[in-house]
Amino acid sequence: MRSILLSAFAALAVATLGCEKKTAPVEPPKPADVKPLEGKPAPAPAADTGDIIIGEVGSLTGSEAAFGISTRNGIELALEDANAAGGVKGRKVKVIVYDDQSKPEEAASATTRLITQDKVKLVLGEVASSNSLAMAPICQDNKIPMISPSSTNPSVTEKGDYIFRVCFIDPFQGFVMAKYAREELKFKNVAILKDVKSAYSVGLTEVFERKFAEMGGKVLGIESYAKGDTDFRSQLTAIKKLKPEGLYVPGYYNDVGIIARQARELGLKTVMMGGDGWDSEKLFELGGKAIEGSFVSNHYSPEDPSPQVQNFISKYKGKFGGVPDSLAALGYDAANVAIEAMKRAPDLSGPALRDEIAKTKDFPGVAGTISMNEKRDAVKPAVVLQVVDGKFKYVATVKP
Amino acid sequence: MYGFLQHLINGLAAGTIYALVALGYTMVYGVLKLINFAHGDVMMVGVYVGYAVAFLMGREHFGTFAGVMLVFLVSMLACAAFGLLIERFAYRPLREKPRLTSLITAIGISFALSYGFQLDLAVNLGGTSYTLLPGAASRAFPEIIVPNQWFEFGSDDQSVIIWNWQVISFLIAAALMVGLQLLVFKTRFGRAMRAVSFDHRVAALLGIPVDRVIAGTFMLGSALAACAGLLYAIKDTSVQPLMGMYIGLKAFVAAVIGGIGNVPGAVVGALALGLCEEFVVGYTSSSWRDAVAFGFLILVLLAKPEGLFGRVQAEKV
Amino acid sequence: MIRGAAPAILAAVGCIALQALLGEWAFFGYLASLVGVNVILAVSLNVINGMTGQFSIGHAGFMAVGAYTGGILSLATAQDRIGVLPEVVSDQLFLVGSLCAGGTVAALCGLIVGLPSLRLRGDYLAIVTLGFGEIIRVIVQNTQALGGALGLSGVPQRAGFGMVWFWVFLVVLMARRLAASPHGRSLWAIREDEVAAEAMGVDTTSYKVRAFVLSSFFAGVAGALFAHFVPIVNPGSFTFVKSMEIVVMIVAGGLGSTTGAFTAAVFLTLLPEGMRSLFTTLGGGDPSLAQKVDQVRMPIYGVLLVLIMLTRPQGIFGTHEAWDAVARWRKKARA
Repeated sequence: MRSILLSAFAALAVATLGCEKKTAPVEPPKPADVKPLEGKPAPAPAADTGDIIIGEVGSLTGSEAAFGISTRNGIELALEDANAAGGVKGRKVKVIVYDDQSKPEEAASATTRLITQDKVKLVLGEVASSNSLAMAPICQDNKIPMISPSSTNPSVTEKGDYIFRVCFIDPFQGFVMAKYAREELKFKNVAILKDVKSAYSVGLTEVFERKFAEMGGKVLGIESYAKGDTDFRSQLTAIKKLKPEGLYVPGYYNDVGIIARQARELGLKTVMMGGDGWDSEKLFELGGKAIEGSFVSNHYSPEDPSPQVQNFISKYKGKFGGVPDSLAALGYDAANVAIEAMKRAPDLSGPALRDEIAKTKDFPGVAGTISMNEKRDAVKPAVVLQVVDGKFKYVATVKP
Repeated sequence: MYGFLQHLINGLAAGTIYALVALGYTMVYGVLKLINFAHGDVMMVGVYVGYAVAFLMGREHFGTFAGVMLVFLVSMLACAAFGLLIERFAYRPLREKPRLTSLITAIGISFALSYGFQLDLAVNLGGTSYTLLPGAASRAFPEIIVPNQWFEFGSDDQSVIIWNWQVISFLIAAALMVGLQLLVFKTRFGRAMRAVSFDHRVAALLGIPVDRVIAGTFMLGSALAACAGLLYAIKDTSVQPLMGMYIGLKAFVAAVIGGIGNVPGAVVGALALGLCEEFVVGYTSSSWRDAVAFGFLILVLLAKPEGLFGRVQAEKV
Repeated sequence: MIRGAAPAILAAVGCIALQALLGEWAFFGYLASLVGVNVILAVSLNVINGMTGQFSIGHAGFMAVGAYTGGILSLATAQDRIGVLPEVVSDQLFLVGSLCAGGTVAALCGLIVGLPSLRLRGDYLAIVTLGFGEIIRVIVQNTQALGGALGLSGVPQRAGFGMVWFWVFLVVLMARRLAASPHGRSLWAIREDEVAAEAMGVDTTSYKVRAFVLSSFFAGVAGALFAHFVPIVNPGSFTFVKSMEIVVMIVAGGLGSTTGAFTAAVFLTLLPEGMRSLFTTLGGGDPSLAQKVDQVRMPIYGVLLVLIMLTRPQGIFGTHEAWDAVARWRKKARA
């Protein structure tokens, strides 16, 4: 009765073995997948006329669509400016945008398509660190530089020497808030409520805890929740008993709003602090009055009076309506860093562009002055904002 | 000790809400032998109806008895009607088909509701825009019952707090459960329900209007779910389209633990699950909470698949 | 035995040849791999949902188990090689090892999940598999060694589309031979009437569990393959939505039809890609129209399930197979 099944299994086993012996010797195509491409971008400069094409991968649909669309708008604006000013090397710059639906496998697919089909010189993207991590190895293998506007996880640029970013990294944000809390707000002891489901929150918590202690403060306790939870009372009750002066909640706005409300309900009146994950209009709807007076670290503030920033904001408003958020500013900066590098580079091959991007120093971005360090991360100041009357208000700039 | 007591109270409060949802599962399973996968999502719809009613009613009625009753009644009625619709158009045509078809239909409805509600859809009528579908983001639920501490004992550092909404949900849930028990065992409708549950063909032969009984059960279950959903939204202060799927699943687990098809069993299972989750959150980490419910389910199925109160039944042919 | 293995060996040769011919076309290779993984998932899920009539909706969970097991193994052995063999050969040997390990661990999980739930009526399986998917997610998110919420990156990208499609061939071969075997007949019997099957002496639980374990094995292999051509594996790729996509594939294709599952998997994987470019073009390059279409996709899947069940509960293909049609046509041609 089972003989056929058994023989099917045996066939499978034999086949697998056969595959091992046979597939392997003839299967150089797999590494060959990658290798022939390595050379391709370089011998291509035959096409020295026509538009310069760069690629962008972003989440235009899916759960993080709002992020992706802001970034795309910023990039579009930067290219418009550059082309109006005569383009790069007398050629216009064009961007091809692919949507990755906020999925890593789609990000990888889009990057492959950009590099192999569209032959882009450079790739911009992504916002979410996990998607950037999907793109980075592909860019690295093909020796095409990649600039991420706003992936703050440190591991992104560790994927290779072709991967850059124009934003600060998570540890820096933790440091900024620790410094501000200790030195400006003069807090002696704080508590932390972290989201264990997000690498971002865990990373910020680690650095904040260490730095705050180094600066002479005391972290009384760390409680945790998981993204998507809706009842934070157990954790908040525990925190209330510690009587901290400040509560650091490095999470995302949709959880933070509810946390703030439940904290106030429980009579926990400590000042709350957070990171750029709070940056959304939704925060004010969810948190209401409970969120007032909190402090957050962020990439830039639209209130920055410098003419460059105000100019950017007015152009953005004119084209897309609405005040640009941090992601739009970072997208704008990423595209400008790329354009500058292309202008300086002797040719548009991957290695030449890479070298020039790495040399970026004191570049005046709208979200702070950018200098690339040896880890290809931007070294730049962060701003601290306070929630006042249902809006973020600029209070300070913290330098690295 | 105080910590333990506090967790005990919180766990029981959460458990009563699961119990209301679990009752809906258990009743529908009882009469139809169908796991109504969409039950949790019907609950979610009820919560959004409550949200809309509270919103239209205006802030000045929050906290008043009439206002709260209005929100609960409208939402429960709307859900009962919605449950009736689903039963009539999605389940009834498939009643004589293999059971798998109704299960797939239920999964389809659940999926369509929880993801449909994540769309943003607004229509413009006469200058004002009306939101038809709420979108994926979570929203703050209106404070129709203003949370405050009902009772507190112990010193400032070590105290046990009982919230007004905990008391209210406990009372409402207890009242509904007693009412349900009476309905099932003391009324004509209840007797008809039990007959249909026993064998719906025989029940039909005896002149019991099977269709009407099944529809009634669906309406009852959906109304209970709406009530549970509102209590949940008041407790957690927020609503979002996927809430139904998770609460629904956990309530199902509770129903299975208690023995599916058994009314008191569902209540006991739900309380056990609520306590279990609260202790996991309190003493380890909240990130393990979702795993606990399903781990619990697999254990129960391994050890006592008919549940704590269920009876082993031979399948009828 | 040799006759049984012959098609597989032939397929292996064919896949190697294809890979050698088209391997340089990286984007095609990537897309083909994605399609292939979905086909493996759909055909394997069809064994339990279609042929046996049980309903699992947590296939992505088993895929995740395979992806993480295979990924971790390959990560650990990334620098190792079997000395005597050239690097490519040893890499591919390690890959096959990782794939089989991924499949085996997933199969073990299938046994643990299936044994308690398959003793009961089919609908318990739905809930338990769904719960299992959640448990896997929670475990991965809480385990730093697996990359936590960010995901596992740095897995050597060894799987070409040739390897993926070789496994596609294996899973189809398995499904076809299973369906025609006495074992398969028992599965059909369980699907049609469990009580009657049991009365006829079919040990229903044991058959169901075996079908489920087999199905989980291939889901694990699909996951492991996925980990070897997508640069990052993270819990977000294996959600309930992924499981539902596969369910929709087999329900639309026909519960019980391997060719139906195959066709629907290919079609439904490529469809969103095509729709997106179509609607982006229609929207004049502005992705907002495409975005709306994309968002509607999930609820439409739900409605589609309901509509198919109401109008054609056996799925579009029913239990018909393409090879049956070919056989019938040849018979007719001969006569």
